[in-house]
Amino acid sequence: MGEKQFIYMDHSATTPARAEVVDAMVPYYTRYFGNPSSIYSIARDSKKAIDAARAQVAKAIGAEPDEIYFTSGGSESDNWAIKGVAFANRKKGNHIITSKIEHHAVLHTCEYLEKEGFVVTYLPVDKYGLVDPAELEKAITDRTILVSIMYANNEIGTIEPIRELALVAGKHKVYFHTDAVQAIGNIPIDVKAEAIDLLSLSAHKFYGPKGVGALYIRKGTKIDNLIHGGGQERRRRAGTENIAGIVGLGKAIGMATADIEGHNRKIRALRDRLRDGILKKIPHAYLNGHPEKRLPGNINISFEFIEGESMLLWLDDEGICASTGSACTSGSLEPSHVLLATGLAVEISHGSLRLTLGDSNTDADVDAVLEALPKIVLRLREMSPLYTKDRKNGGCNVQ
Amino acid sequence: MYSDKVMDHFKNPRNVGEMEDADGVGEVGNPVCGDIMKIFLKIQDNTITDAKFKTFGCGAAIASSSMATELVRGKTLEEAWDVSNKAVAEALEGLPPIKMHCSVLAEEGIHKAINDYRRKQGLPEWEEKNPHSHDEHDEGLTCQH
Repeated sequence: MGEKQFIYMDHSATTPARAEVVDAMVPYYTRYFGNPSSIYSIARDSKKAIDAARAQVAKAIGAEPDEIYFTSGGSESDNWAIKGVAFANRKKGNHIITSKIEHHAVLHTCEYLEKEGFVVTYLPVDKYGLVDPAELEKAITDRTILVSIMYANNEIGTIEPIRELALVAGKHKVYFHTDAVQAIGNIPIDVKAEAIDLLSLSAHKFYGPKGVGALYIRKGTKIDNLIHGGGQERRRRAGTENIAGIVGLGKAIGMATADIEGHNRKIRALRDRLRDGILKKIPHAYLNGHPEKRLPGNINISFEFIEGESMLLWLDDEGICASTGSACTSGSLEPSHVLLATGLAVEISHGSLRLTLGDSNTDADVDAVLEALPKIVLRLREMSPLYTKDRKNGGCNVQ
Repeated sequence: MYSDKVMDHFKNPRNVGEMEDADGVGEVGNPVCGDIMKIFLKIQDNTITDAKFKTFGCGAAIASSSMATELVRGKTLEEAWDVSNKAVAEALEGLPPIKMHCSVLAEEGIHKAINDYRRKQGLPEWEEKNPHSHDEHDEGLTCQH
């Protein structure tokens, strides 16, 4: 990767592809480039590589290989799962249940379906971002055809009680989909033991390439196609296969799930030291999300009296890549829907900072952020009219 | 996404601070919307001799406050009143469309501070010639709080 020039703490946004992953991919762009639908031998090599990757993905989540369908990524998988199940089961019902903290790939798909005559319930979450299985059960009606709840939240890192939620859906014979884009490589997943019917994943979140993902569809699930065309993916998803991408996905998921506990132990130790250091060094700072039930690399903290984008710009100046739930980076004037759903005051949501650690991070990175961040926060607070002498007047009340 | 000028005024903001003996103070924005600007003006013989600001907000909000205070210093109240949000944005070599409301906030902050001074002087307040009603900002994006 060459000399390290920046500190990357935005692994929930994307991750760099591992060298081994890229090495595994390259021959499928140059040598084994054959269209798997063709009959000659180089095409057969492509076909074999796809089958091998399918087996790797299946093994990583406890599925059968023929339950794995490759897609262009997490957004397509979410769109397919939700629209596909909704349209295929329209005769049975038109009610879908999801949560208020889903990724926009789920939320905007549900909003689209509302225009198409479906009824969607957006379940609330508690202050940690947890969905309550009892709330889910109350929301299910005889018109409900699909429940879609994310495995782990991308902003605050909260891990949902997926097995409990899926069992509730299963008890009522309702399909259960989970967007597990943030979970792969961080949480051991077994779709059979957890009663999951559909699961979305995306390679670039676990050190694989961008532009490739998969949807697990439990055998027997009634689902329409999303992409119509050729007979690829057993006539379920048209389009010439992204062979190199699929090979990269297979390699990456194998590596990411080989030793989840070991990986988590290392990341969690760095994360905890960084989180505790920030909270100790910076007053008027509050952790968002669940204290324990959260992704190992996730930190989401709100700083009172300042706004997130200003923090990011200064962090970038120090070579630190991070993210915020403030409106100012989202292309709208509303702050993060996830933070608001946890009941966080709007004004505090604007001052949130997300740091997501991953494999590239070191103790030196943690030290560098602990050195830089308090100064940045203080500098911004000193120019904030909310940061008054007694730090109360004009300040924000945290709930 | 920001121009060099915006980054310069964000990283080296001019005129940050409070003014204890300000002749006019204007505070605009709302913490719920994610930006608040407080503008302080020192005024002598109808001329702005000093301007300071404190801002809670994004990079564009801080840069707009910095530029607006620079632009009104040394100007008569009439001239300062005519410093538009577009003038602030142009002096910053442009703002992303979604950030234009930050320059609007700066213009409004200056206006509010001038009217605060006029009120204290027993003079009638000036009316906004072209009021930025809170639903016609550029790009149609406004904070409704």
